[in-house]
Amino acid sequence: MDSTAHAFKDNAHKALGDDQLQEALGNLRHGFTQRRAQARDQLPEFDALRDAARDIKNHTLAHLDLYLERYESKVSEQGGKVHWCATAEDARRTILDICRSVDAKLVTKGKSMVAEEIGLNDYLEANGVTPAETDLGEYIIQLRNEPPSHIIAPAVHLTKAQVEADFRKNHSELPPERSLVEPEALVQEARTMLRQKYLDADVGITGANFLIAETGSSIIVTNEGNGDLTQCLPKVHIVIASLEKVVPTLEDVSIILRVLARSGTGQEFTAYTTFSTGPKREGDLDGPDEYHVVLLDNGRSAMLGSEYQDVLRCIRCGACMNHCPVYHAVGGHAYGWVYPGPIGAVLTPSLIGVEEAGHLPNASTFCGRCEAVCPMRIPLPKMMRHWREKEFERNLTPTAARSGLKLWAFFAKRPALYAMLNRFNARLLRALGGRKGSLRSLPLASGWTDHRDFPAPQGKSFQELWAKRQNGSGATPRTPGA
Amino acid sequence: MSARDQILGAVRRSLKRAAGDGAEETVSARLAEHPRGPVPARAQLPHKEQVALFQEQAEAVQTTVDRLADLSEVPKAVSAYLSSQNLPQSLRVAPDGRLGALPWQAEAPLLEVSTGPARSDDATSLTPVFAAVAETGTLMLRSGPESPVTLNFLPETHIAVVFASQIVGSYEDAWQRFREAGNDSRLPRTVNFITGPSRTGDIEQTILFGAHGPKRLHLLLIDDVP
Ligand code: SF4
Repeated sequence: MDSTAHAFKDNAHKALGDDQLQEALGNLRHGFTQRRAQARDQLPEFDALRDAARDIKNHTLAHLDLYLERYESKVSEQGGKVHWCATAEDARRTILDICRSVDAKLVTKGKSMVAEEIGLNDYLEANGVTPAETDLGEYIIQLRNEPPSHIIAPAVHLTKAQVEADFRKNHSELPPERSLVEPEALVQEARTMLRQKYLDADVGITGANFLIAETGSSIIVTNEGNGDLTQCLPKVHIVIASLEKVVPTLEDVSIILRVLARSGTGQEFTAYTTFSTGPKREGDLDGPDEYHVVLLDNGRSAMLGSEYQDVLRCIRCGACMNHCPVYHAVGGHAYGWVYPGPIGAVLTPSLIGVEEAGHLPNASTFCGRCEAVCPMRIPLPKMMRHWREKEFERNLTPTAARSGLKLWAFFAKRPALYAMLNRFNARLLRALGGRKGSLRSLPLASGWTDHRDFPAPQGKSFQELWAKRQNGSGATPRTPGA
Repeated sequence: MSARDQILGAVRRSLKRAAGDGAEETVSARLAEHPRGPVPARAQLPHKEQVALFQEQAEAVQTTVDRLADLSEVPKAVSAYLSSQNLPQSLRVAPDGRLGALPWQAEAPLLEVSTGPARSDDATSLTPVFAAVAETGTLMLRSGPESPVTLNFLPETHIAVVFASQIVGSYEDAWQRFREAGNDSRLPRTVNFITGPSRTGDIEQTILFGAHGPKRLHLLLIDDVP
């Protein structure tokens, strides 16, 4: 996918003035946050599970080469094949070669962020293979020729009215007088349109939330069942996954699955969690004849052992963006590449370079909410700071932001002072924000608030509110990221 | 150099792990012993309470549950359920010995029953499950000649037969059953964890059912534990 990450400021500026986008984002600001808090409160062991999940991934990353070798040998034992791909280009070509080997015309696709990362759809299309996205959100944005704006809710930037208009435009074979007032009608229409594609497809491509070294399995976690129809009906199933998806055992993945949906959608468990291992077996009456795993590096191996290694623990749950005030304000497209929000601000410079994506780590208020909710306890703000420091050293930062950064670094190194200032700022900003409840310039950070309207904090600072909420709910007091 | 060697070499260089540092043994031991992490207390209950929790959790995610005293009541219960939902009296049954041997003709004469993997126009399926997990009201199905995967996803209505004796507390307990059934670490082509009917929140975060998979998930829960 082509990046516009370098233009973050312009993108953000446009996003703030886009009324439809702002309306759509309104739904996001509360729904996900409330549901996650509920799911968390219903499971007393939630934080212990987060610690365990973090430890599992840390252990795996420290032995990644060995687990990948074990994983590969299990896949082969079960009749599947692993294709190692160092770059996006290698992965695209490998997938096209598999498609060509069975003369595929139509491929169905389950949702995969790695497929977005390598720009798979455009490539297949240019080479005579038609990709059909089957996740409802992905289907909608494919009709609109747009990238996803959220890692678990790709069409979250759209209103129902926009989806209805897109369906009317694209499903021109259906009677124009049909009613699409009820959202159920839109779901039913998409279901009908995609049904035939599942049955006609020659190849099904899915991503993987996890790979299991113990069994050689790939796992997808979905709510719609589209990924399952994508992988059980065609003759060939291709899984595209990046290196860091591997975990050791079925027990280990059980732990991580407990925090994944709760953090993301706020569900206790998603509707479908599917373990796929090799092609269909003797006697099976359905399932694919071939099972391929395209295993992608694309920069991950270089992140190991660096100050960004921890980000490889990410399970792409979306919690960090669901709780990010910057994401709430500008949506996902402003980030300009595949991964938006705090995870994108850290990951994107690693994957496509600080020259292109150096602005993204500035897209933060350093409020710490992302780290506080991340199920894998990834220190996202700290990593954004690393990038900012790097960018500063490289002299890529505009002068105005540079002095802001200097100031900011001064406070950041003095936590007590910073906390005090934060509290002070909340009050000051509220006063500055006036009745409108939003402001256009933020003391200490004018280099980037010049370009966006920042919601004025209501009441106490996040840290204060957070501490209060923790106490109020009877849980152990906890500071963000502790 | 192959891409494989190149990638594994890059990983090793980044990790700076020395040869002979015992890492191989650590990894082998973890895979062989597959230790459990923290298991939620809610899953660790006497069996009767696990059955109740399973039903409660399943119903919380819009699965419907019908409790039966005996497997032989299944044909009648299926027929009655289909009538109650205004669905056609037609059923695609998994090629499972116990389900196939039920008195379909005698007990549900109106029901048109066929056996095999799902076809695109099958409206309702009936499948066995391998286990059921109380902590989140989750079914565990394993693919095989007696349980084709398409039955779990193509029809608009999925009915599953669950024995109370198949209900366990946690995901780990389910995997333990699976290993003890002689599978060890060898998985079939597909293991499905299913928790409620298909749903989507992709349009303005409104939850809607039957996005691609079944709109309805109905369980016939057989009380086979005294
Ligand atoms: S960084 Fe953490 S919160 Fe964000 S998507 Fe990854 S795992 Fe989820």
